[in-house]
Amino acid sequence: MAAIEINGRIAEATEGETILTVLRRIGVRVPTLCHIDGLTPTGACRLCVVEVEGMPGLVPSCAYPVRDGMKVQTHSPRAVRARKTIIELLLADHPDDCLYCERNGCCQLQDLAEELGVRKRRYAGGHRRANLDISSPSIVRNPEKCILCGRCVRVCEEVQAVSAIDFVGRGCRTQVAPPFGEGINVSSCINCGQCIVACPTGALREQSDIKKVSDALSNPALTVVVQHAPSVSVTIGEEFGLKPGTDAVGVLTTALRRLGFKYVFDTGFSADLTIMEEGSELIHRIKHGGKLPMFTSCSPGWVKFVETFYPDLMGNVSSCKSPQQMMGAIIKTFFAEREKIDPKKIFSVSIMPCTAKKFEAGRPEMGRDGLADIDAVLTTRELARLIRLRGLDLNTLESDEADTPFGERTTAGKIFGASGGVMEAALRSAYYLLTGAEMEDLNIKNVRGFDGIKEARLNINGIDVGVAVVSGLGNARKLLDEIRAGRDDLHFIEVMTCPGGCINGGGQPLKVDQEAVKARMRALYKIDREEALRTSHSNASIKRLYDEFLGEPLGEKSHHLLHTHYVERDVV
Amino acid sequence: MNVEIKQLEPILKKYEGGGRDQLIPLLQEVQNTVGYLSRESITCISRKMNLPASKIYGVATFYNQFRFTPQGKYHVQVCRGTACHVKGSAAILEALQKELGVNPGQTTRDGLFSLEVVACIGACGLAPVITVDGEFHARLTPELVGEIIETYRRKAAENVKA
Repeated sequence: MAAIEINGRIAEATEGETILTVLRRIGVRVPTLCHIDGLTPTGACRLCVVEVEGMPGLVPSCAYPVRDGMKVQTHSPRAVRARKTIIELLLADHPDDCLYCERNGCCQLQDLAEELGVRKRRYAGGHRRANLDISSPSIVRNPEKCILCGRCVRVCEEVQAVSAIDFVGRGCRTQVAPPFGEGINVSSCINCGQCIVACPTGALREQSDIKKVSDALSNPALTVVVQHAPSVSVTIGEEFGLKPGTDAVGVLTTALRRLGFKYVFDTGFSADLTIMEEGSELIHRIKHGGKLPMFTSCSPGWVKFVETFYPDLMGNVSSCKSPQQMMGAIIKTFFAEREKIDPKKIFSVSIMPCTAKKFEAGRPEMGRDGLADIDAVLTTRELARLIRLRGLDLNTLESDEADTPFGERTTAGKIFGASGGVMEAALRSAYYLLTGAEMEDLNIKNVRGFDGIKEARLNINGIDVGVAVVSGLGNARKLLDEIRAGRDDLHFIEVMTCPGGCINGGGQPLKVDQEAVKARMRALYKIDREEALRTSHSNASIKRLYDEFLGEPLGEKSHHLLHTHYVERDVV
Repeated sequence: MNVEIKQLEPILKKYEGGGRDQLIPLLQEVQNTVGYLSRESITCISRKMNLPASKIYGVATFYNQFRFTPQGKYHVQVCRGTACHVKGSAAILEALQKELGVNPGQTTRDGLFSLEVVACIGACGLAPVITVDGEFHARLTPELVGEIIETYRRKAAENVKA
């Protein structure tokens, strides 16, 4: 233990922790730009500087360890002046086009300029000119707005273990960029969008499909159909001032109808469908000596990660399409046939917590006869923008219900939005498929929560099944390397690209803290606790879909519509 | 598999098992052997050293000494040290860029000239100075730049005829 004095008051601390950790704990706020909880401190932005008695210069509190008896001044005139100067210098070569910026009102640089009272341009630097990188279907890079804090670089390297981007060049010409001066589309970027969430400014954003969707909505020749992912209903509220963790599914449905979507479906339905297929595939693999462990395939960032970095394990990834793509395929085949609509006249939109879904929708395998199954993907953020644009407010709308039959989901499909959810849903149904009975306790608590790697062992009908759940691809890498090295006690592994799952996806509302993300997860499990239908196989619409159209899980129709294959990709 | 990657093999073997701290000497050796750091070389190093290409490219672009295009037949170095600067090397560089149509670090399309900016070649008495393949050209003016380049172009043409 160490006692340190902060602004004249004594605070308890542990030797070795950083000053910033202590400040946060006792509720003293110093601004930060480059800091991310849990990742290596770099001290790059120096906004968190404080005065420490006996030190000649200011020290960055994010990287400076506590010593017993240390005396710290966090808001001395010198420290505050330094922070203001830093912001002024960052603004010196910033484009200053806040009015036109995607992040207007949601930008840390803007907030800090306001907080520190920057009222005039004190340093007029030359404008940095850089090309806008619009090459990716998921992410747009605007290096002119980049302040080189390096958060995206660290998230990409330390959390996702991808390292698609790094600092390129030197001095005032430095940029954060993929290698070889190329667009990000040809890099090993997996499109997860965690860099967007990390970015404090408008330097990184999603490739927007708002225009495409608006155009389709105003085209009378098109039937515009929408599906929304399980995690979207528990996060969209945050964009309209609702408390994190509020489930807004009813008003979300209303808002989507008011926007002009003819049919509103719930991706939870196709999540249930995924479970039927994936559960059956797992059982098939176990019974017939297929490749094990089997990995889930719902998370498109993860899928590209395997294709790029672990092509030797591609055969272990379930051949099931993701729920988005299953729904897309069913809409343009079964649904089109039943409603007698030409599939070419259907415009299929999905609302996703994810930027990688945009990439997934564009994969050439995801359609038939040159017709894509999903025509546009909007992130939660984009949908919120579209809703605001139409003058709708989620706070005042009345609730509505999704359309049948693809609006019906069980809570197993709903918990897909959280790390561990796919596993839990799959095990509930696998148990049923193997034994013909329901599990006594449907809650499989050791696969829930925010731990990066969770493992469990179950006995189903005499078969000992080892499962693991990982989120954040850095954690996936650890597990994959164990498997490459010969680990063979696992049968089924759920991987979600983003830490904590889709509730923390790259397309979710920005500027949230870990508490908000936890609330999102709690909201999903609350739904699971409170509703009656909790297993995918008990979804009556799913049963009907198999009876009327698909036949059986892993049957021929399923094979054509609901399963896919993977391609090896170059590491760049 | 091209010639270039073949040239890399012995170097990569030498550095096998080396960590990040071995990267710069490795890159230097590759550049000395191949002449520049090609995309293929970098991806190959990335695979062998188990380092992301973005990291290697980031490190390499930090240092002036690394080039990403092959050197031209004639390598032009422009001194931008203090003495040369005072004597107007900025205008010399500009004239060279105009004459060759390339920026520092690049090579002309015909492969004849590559342009590089260096800090000081220790010939301050001759400022402003450039070297072409190690030959010094002293007390330059922007007008002289064109003539110098032209002599090398002629030399190259004669070599082809001969």
